[in-house]
Amino acid sequence: MLELRGISKRFGGVVATDDVTLEVTKGEVHALIGPNGAGKTTLIAQISGVLPIDAGRILFNGVDVTQLRTHARVAAGLARSYQITSIFRRFTVLDNLALAVQARSGSSFSFWRPVSAERALYDEAALIANEIGLGERLDVVSSSLAHGEQRALEVGLALATRPQLLLLDEPMAGMGPQESQAMIALIEKMRSRVTVLLVEHDMDAVFRLASRISVLVNGRLIATGAPAQIRADAEVRKAYLGEEIAA
Amino acid sequence: MKRAIAVFVLLALFPLAMQAVDGMFYVSLASRILIYAIAATSLNLVLGYGGMVSFGHAAFFGAGAFVVGILAVEGVRSAWIAWPAAIAVAALAALVIGAMSLRTRGVYFIMITLAFAQMIYYIFVSLKSYGGDDGLSMPGRSTVAADVTLSGDFLWYYLVLALLALVLYALHRLVHSRFGRVIDAIRENEARAEAIGFPVYRYKLLCFVIAGAIAGLAGALIANQSSYVSPSLLHWIQSGTLMIMVILGGVGTLWGGVIGAAVLLGLEHLIADYRIGWLASLAPNYQDHAGLAVGAVLLIIVMLAPEGIAGLFRRRRHA
Repeated sequence: MLELRGISKRFGGVVATDDVTLEVTKGEVHALIGPNGAGKTTLIAQISGVLPIDAGRILFNGVDVTQLRTHARVAAGLARSYQITSIFRRFTVLDNLALAVQARSGSSFSFWRPVSAERALYDEAALIANEIGLGERLDVVSSSLAHGEQRALEVGLALATRPQLLLLDEPMAGMGPQESQAMIALIEKMRSRVTVLLVEHDMDAVFRLASRISVLVNGRLIATGAPAQIRADAEVRKAYLGEEIAA
Repeated sequence: MKRAIAVFVLLALFPLAMQAVDGMFYVSLASRILIYAIAATSLNLVLGYGGMVSFGHAAFFGAGAFVVGILAVEGVRSAWIAWPAAIAVAALAALVIGAMSLRTRGVYFIMITLAFAQMIYYIFVSLKSYGGDDGLSMPGRSTVAADVTLSGDFLWYYLVLALLALVLYALHRLVHSRFGRVIDAIRENEARAEAIGFPVYRYKLLCFVIAGAIAGLAGALIANQSSYVSPSLLHWIQSGTLMIMVILGGVGTLWGGVIGAAVLLGLEHLIADYRIGWLASLAPNYQDHAGLAVGAVLLIIVMLAPEGIAGLFRRRRHA
């Protein structure tokens, strides 16, 4: 579904991603792990089109999307969530989600008819709100949601674009154990519909969810494989996993 | 909506009241204020709703005025031709300036819009055949039929009032439409708006062009107001004045531009026309420095109402 061929990015002298070649196949939850500063978020930004790539190509469903801008990649079915919550803070939960639904349903170069009259947008937004566990919080302004709820909305916004491939950048960042469990359950629930590329530090979650795992260290991909394979990989243990697996 | 209708009924009665007390001068002043209200409202669309701090809005206002002025001098006085031309030229200018400026953000955007507007200002100042520094005098107001000129304070006032009502209603519809929702979202979180699939640049550019077109209409009106087009309409001080009106009235509120224009121009007029005894005994020529006095009053208003005057009404309603 997604093919990265030799993706690189330099910031001055610093290599953020270095010749990354990776394939995400349809239907899998593919986890991307690695120590802090390994280039995971840079890679997500490159895949979503926020950061230009210095070298390499990105193919999505066999089509070269390297030159497409972010919004065009979203239209093609490639959506992302952010590590640092990025929602429309002044909007209510329902308005946040309705906006994301609006982005993919019909032209928004419409200047006269009130958007609030479009029941279909809000009905679908409410369905998504239910799915992410915010069904009771529709009219709450999103800036006053609890942290875990904001994280759920963060993922909900990406989900509302009805992607084929969802890039989740540390969805469990800053969450307590209970909130993490809810997020894991949400990802479990949607994995039948959407392919996921998951960046996450919570190894518990990674090993519970991932069908395959790729390990990024200093911008280079050092291993890709099934969870058991990664767990056993000597180089990975040395570079990153050691302490957490030993514990 | 009820409140809006009440305001417009009062505004419609205003000339009749002035006629009764022999104050027709105020009808002309009021027309001027209403024209500035249209211009400030158009800036409020980009600045308040769109979150684009354009410091060059005078370019579109002035361009609209010069199109009407130049056409009038060249013998084309029909409002049916000149006004749409003014709107089209202003929109085109906004398209070109916006297309380049909107690739920048923050302070760079402020500076580049300012720079473009000043370029246009200097172009018109150097057009000696169309008045240059001295400005351009028109043979008279625009015509709507062979022998019908838009003269007379009454007719003119009501025409301007009707156009303001139209602009406000259109803006009201626009900000609640799909497009308006996207513009609101972009101001709130531009990166995320792009990341859920909106081509942000196109929306911002279109918003900029619509605002430019409305400013062009206001320019066409201001040229007709006194049948004279001054290059100062294009000057950055004009952009600043419009910006002050928006901030004073209420950034991102429907009535912000109207309130701001009324308060600012009303104040200027008040300070210049009414001599305050005790102030004059302290500083006899204070009225020659009306700008300073206006500035002081504005400072007080802004400190008391950080969200603009429209914000005061809103808070009271929610309390």
